Order: sequence, then structure tokens, then C-alpha cells
Amino acid sequence: MKDFGFAIEKPRALDLDKADRNLYVRLLKREPSFARCFQCGMCSATCSARNFTDYNIRRIHTLMRQGQTQELDAMLQKCMLCGKCTLVCPRGVNLRHLIIQMRKLLNNE
Amino acid sequence: MTTVAIVGAGVAGIEAASVLAAHGVKVKLFEKEASVLGNLRSKAFLFPNFQASDQIVDSLTAKLLVDGIETITAMEIVDIKHTSDGWHLSDNKNHDYLADAVLVSTGYKVFDAARKEELGYGIYKGVITSLDMEAMIKADKLVNAVNATPRKIAFLQCVGSRDEKVGNHYCSKVCCVTAVKQAIEVKKRLPQCEVTIFYMDLRMWGQGFEEMYRTAQEQYKINFVRGRISEAAATFDGRIQLKSEDTLLGLPLKMTTDLLVLMVGMEPSEGTVNLGKKCSICGDYGFIQSTNPHLSDNTTAIDGLFVAGTAKRPMTVQDCVNDGRSAALAILSRIDTTGNLGAE
Ligand code: SF4
Ligand code: SF4
Ligand code: SF4
Repeated sequence: MKDFGFAIEKPRALDLDKADRNLYVRLLKREPSFARCFQCGMCSATCSARNFTDYNIRRIHTLMRQGQTQELDAMLQKCMLCGKCTLVCPRGVNLRHLIIQMRKLLNNE
Repeated sequence: MTTVAIVGAGVAGIEAASVLAAHGVKVKLFEKEASVLGNLRSKAFLFPNFQASDQIVDSLTAKLLVDGIETITAMEIVDIKHTSDGWHLSDNKNHDYLADAVLVSTGYKVFDAARKEELGYGIYKGVITSLDMEAMIKADKLVNAVNATPRKIAFLQCVGSRDEKVGNHYCSKVCCVTAVKQAIEVKKRLPQCEVTIFYMDLRMWGQGFEEMYRTAQEQYKINFVRGRISEAAATFDGRIQLKSEDTLLGLPLKMTTDLLVLMVGMEPSEGTVNLGKKCSICGDYGFIQSTNPHLSDNTTAIDGLFVAGTAKRPMTVQDCVNDGRSAALAILSRIDTTGNLGAE
């Protein structure tokens, strides 16, 4: 195909009708504190992985909530499970445990 | 004996009447509708304690049954003028009432959602306002456009508020917490219903509000999406498809819902706008301007003319009760030992 010097990105829109929130609901059962997250970004602000890579735990929460789980497992590999995020969360979300459970769920465990 | 005329028998007007009467002032309370407390009666439950609003209506109306308060309903005061013998209040039918001081508590009206045409109110049956939702909760009957039980409900904040396009830059103050309250009421009745709230900021400023938000998330699993809805349209089966952006993800979003509830903001009522203009006490957006928001929030630029409640700005029921009392005190402190409104 002729190169016109620009490309059309593949459409990235959220279709909430097709979103499967099943995983999110199951995750809530394993770590109920997650329901309280109000997406302030303190976890991602303190996260070392966030400071050096494009890894963003707050964004992962939002994607999980909206049932956009396709890329989450790969993203979560960058987490070192250091637990800094758990220390700062103002809504008392147990993030470290949440991340472990997210990884398990995404791998059908 | 001093006579105070109060225009508007809403929460603030009634509370002020009751305090004034308890201090020996004669009160004439005017209401343009056939019954008092119209806005409050339309509510089912009040935040933050989910108290039935009918209870508050009963307590407030009981306060009117004392000596010294004359309630005159179905009487719309359209003009207020000061002459040497005091304040003259008149309607459109040559009634004339005389008073020593006047309290304007003419209140608010809700924003007309049809003005936001892109949201489809008045066009699609599945698009309703927070007032319609409140009525359904009060009747304990939640239905969608085809009279079936809704499986999905979306709420949209800031309709008619914080919007240059309709000329209202201000925040209406009560709709954030009202949406959370209504969402919880829906989930209490329909636990299976998926409820989403589209918000720009969740302004949970009052005592107990933030806790309501937390409960909505934790206990009722209500989904909060940060983003405003740009347009809504009906699907062939009477549902509503809406477009928004999840601004936390930076991704455009679409979803279909059985009901879209528009959280309409507060605007000054016609009576407020009219009297504000006639008496030259009009402030921003047609609300009435008090002398000073900190220190004299119940007086106006005109001596003898006082203001209380949502005629000034959006307020909660709690605010209005307090403001009505505070207006009564402002009036009482202007009455001298002879029982007259002395020189300031
Ligand atoms: S710090 Fe807590 S509340 Fe804030 S985004 Fe992270 S998990 Fe959510
Ligand atoms: S536990 Fe993971 S997400 Fe949390 S701060 Fe450490 S690296 Fe970041
Ligand atoms: S109270 Fe909330 S919904 Fe209402 S105008 Fe303000 S920010 Fe918008």
C-alpha cells in the first residue's frame, strides 16, 4: 500500500455494552477493599515501577473496573510487589494483595 | 405590632415565619401555589440520613399553626414597593398588603433539561430528570421507557450547571449527593440493576456525604465514570445509547442504558427573578444578592428588604432551615423597643 505518511490507529473506544465485568466482580470478592478505590492516583504516584516505566497501577484499576482486561496481565508483570502503594492508599485498598489476586485471576487461578 | 411579609412558603420562609411569630411579630406568609413546600413535597428521601421528606413537610407545616402567622396561598406577589407608610405587596388582581419589612424567600426552580437538546430529554422516553427519578422512588415504582423493570440506569451530573452553553457557570451544590442518594435508592429496590454515575467532580462536601459515596461504592457496587455525556439517542427498542469519555483512561466510551437520569441544577424561580429586578436586588444569574456573604447574608441593598433560602443561591434543605432562622434574627435585630423598624 502506498505510504501517505500517516496511519490510522486501530479504534480504541470503550464499549461498555460488550465489557465483561465478570473478572472485576470476582476480584471484588477476593479483595473487597478494591470497591472503595476513588482513583486518586496516590498509588501510581508513589510506585517505583511507575516512575521508570509506563506501568500505571491506577490505570490498571480503571481498566479492570470497565472490564478491559486484555492487556492487564502483561502490564502487571512490571509490578515488584514492593507494597509502597498499599502504604499510601487513602481509601485503605490492600493493593499488594489485590495485585496478587489480579494476576491469579487473569491466569485462571 | 410589627408586621413582616414573607414571600414564598418554602423551607426558609416557613422557618423564618415560625421564629418571627415566636418573638411576637405578626407574619403574613404568601405562597403562589395552592399548597406550601411544593419543592420539598416532590422529594422522597433526604440526604444524608435518608429521612422521609414527608416527615420534614409535616414538622414544618405544623409550625404554621400558631397565632400570629397568616398563611395566604394561591397568592402570587408580583410587586413590592416602599412608601411612607411601609412596604406594599401586590398581586396581579389589585390585592394590596402592607408590612413593615419584607422577607423574599421565593426559592428556585430546576433547570429545564430540554434546553440540552443533545441529551434527548422530552424527545426520548428513556431520558428522565432527577425530579422524575425522585417521583418514581417516592411512588416505589421504577420503570423504563416501556414500563418494564430497568436493568441498567445511568446518571449524569451537572445538567444545566457548570455549563457556558446555558449561561450557568455555577455549581448547583446538591446534585452530586442527590445522584448518589438516588443511585443507592435504586439499588435498594433493584439489587440486580447496573447503576453508573457519570461525573466531572464528585462534590461530596457536607457531613456524611463522602461516607455515602463510599457506601455507594463498597456496599452497592455503583460504577463511577469520570466524564460528561456528550450526546444520547434512542435505540430501536426504546433504550438509550450514550457517548462519553472515560477521562481517567483517556478513552472514548459508549454504552446503552434503560434510563438516563439527568441531574438538573437549580436556577432562580420566576418569582425570584421578577422580585429581584423590581426591587433592584438582583445578583448573578437572577439570584438575589445579599449585602455580604459572610457577615450580612440576609439583608439586601434595600433597607427593610431581607432575603433567605434558594432565592440567593443553590442550597440544601438543611441550609434553608438555618438560613430562614438567620433571616428571622436579622429582621428581629432591626426592630426597636417600640416594635417598629427604626432608622438603621
Ligand atoms: S491510592 Fe487507593 S484510592 Fe487512590 S487510586 Fe490507588 S487504590 Fe485507588
Ligand atoms: S507493589 Fe507494585 S504497584 Fe505497588 S508500588 Fe510496588 S511496584 Fe508499584
Ligand atoms: S453538585 Fe455536582 S452535579 Fe451538581 S453542579 Fe455541582 S458538581 Fe455538578
